Amino acid sequence: MAYSGKVIDHYENPRNVGTLDKDATTVGTGVVGAPECGDVMRLQIQVNPDTGVIEDAKFKTFGCGSAIASSSLATEWLKGKTIHEAEDIKNTQIVEELSLPPVKIHCSVLAEDAIKAAIHDYEHKNGLEHDD
Amino acid sequence: MTLKLPIYMDHNATTPMDPRVLDAMLPYFTEHFGNASSRNHSFGWAAEDAVDKARQQVASLINASPKEIIWTSGATESNNIAIKGAADMYAKQGKHIISAVHEHKAVLDPCKRLQREGYDVTFLEPGQDGVIYAEQVREAIRDDTILVSVMWANNEVGTANEIPEIGAICKDKGVLFHTDATQWVGKMPTDVEAAGIDLLSATAHKMYGPKGAGFLYVRRRKPRVRLAPIIEGGGHERGMRSGTLNVTGIVGLGAACEICANEMQSEAERLTALRDRLVDGITGQIETAVLNGHKTRRLPHTANISFPYVEGESLMMAMKEIAVSSGSACTSASLEPSYVLKALGAGDEIAHSSIRFGLGRFNTEEEVDYTVQQVVKSVNHLLAMSPLYDMVKEGIDLATVQWGAH
Repeated sequence: MAYSGKVIDHYENPRNVGTLDKDATTVGTGVVGAPECGDVMRLQIQVNPDTGVIEDAKFKTFGCGSAIASSSLATEWLKGKTIHEAEDIKNTQIVEELSLPPVKIHCSVLAEDAIKAAIHDYEHKNGLEHDD
Repeated sequence: MTLKLPIYMDHNATTPMDPRVLDAMLPYFTEHFGNASSRNHSFGWAAEDAVDKARQQVASLINASPKEIIWTSGATESNNIAIKGAADMYAKQGKHIISAVHEHKAVLDPCKRLQREGYDVTFLEPGQDGVIYAEQVREAIRDDTILVSVMWANNEVGTANEIPEIGAICKDKGVLFHTDATQWVGKMPTDVEAAGIDLLSATAHKMYGPKGAGFLYVRRRKPRVRLAPIIEGGGHERGMRSGTLNVTGIVGLGAACEICANEMQSEAERLTALRDRLVDGITGQIETAVLNGHKTRRLPHTANISFPYVEGESLMMAMKEIAVSSGSACTSASLEPSYVLKALGAGDEIAHSSIRFGLGRFNTEEEVDYTVQQVVKSVNHLLAMSPLYDMVKEGIDLATVQWGAH
């Protein structure tokens, strides 16, 4: 499969690979996907509790090149955004930025879900849940 | 010697043509271009002579008579003619067929078509070693069984089934025995008499010959096998496969078979050593790596290795200088991982993480060492990025994790 230069760049030089302390109250962790589907994404955010700004983001991904690139891009986009801004990140933006082929749209959906799961985890830990 | 990149290690998919094969073919494109069916002039006779010679070369590789070789476009067509042709011809004697779940699609799909047409097909299941044993066939044979179709060696994992033993059982029970020997013929000794084979499929492009030329062995005596044709026309190839002969392809197939016959033993020894060097090099340095299928009952040139917690397509991306094949779903449009590895009882994380290494005539030790180095580097890179590997290191059993639906 021919990938765009951006996918290959994120794949070869993944941004923000790593782990944050999942037990910290300032950290939100989202794990989505399943091994049988061939991709599992773990996305973590470190939030400043006073400002709600995401100060750090880390990921680890088991999956194809597009899944790795999608999660790497997601961490870049998350840093510096407030959690409310981060909630607005859509998978279609990831598809567009990386020029993902149609069969790989699934990877961008996974990244959007991982972002939402990480935010939800942070909000849940801090009693900030709200009705959508 | 400097290493030439990329390195080709996907010989189960196709092989490069041996330059000696090309040399044999060239005159038949331009100078001796006759139709082998033209009986009235020297152009036709030259073509016919070349086809006769090739028939001899092919037959001699598998210990058959030249009259038992039917030219086809390749193993897919050979499998179709054998399975559908036998089913149609012998339907009055019964409608039960035996095959296996991890056959190539060129066998599975004709069998599934026959199922839709009212035949009953039993698909045998291998154990974790990937081997179909003769006893399984014996137990599955019924009074209405007309055909057993079991491949000689599996294309994805390289494991070899108990073919001569299955042949003996089929002879004993009076059931026709077809084997898709695409990956086996030319690599390993093949004797249709000793192995009790009635129908055998193979193709030139897996043994350093051209694409688009293959053959079907059809036994003529004890028993005489008859097949209803799928392609009808001028009655070529004993009426079983009509169509103007692909003379150049057939000449190439013949030449390829002769080279394989002459060099088989030394090549098998060399490739076995290279394969073991590859497998030992990888599994010695990556403790999570697992060789799929039986350890020793396998083709000399094939190794299928799983790298748990790493996904196959991303691994192939990481070692882009090495042409291999992956059973990962992400390499295809479907999201299902390799049905062959699933048939061996592989868990999902293994089926998504397999790489098939297919060595060949022109691979070198230096290429194998470079490949080992690249695989180790790439797998370690991806393991460091794998959330699954983190979980395993924390002592979490992945089978007990409640995964989100996707």
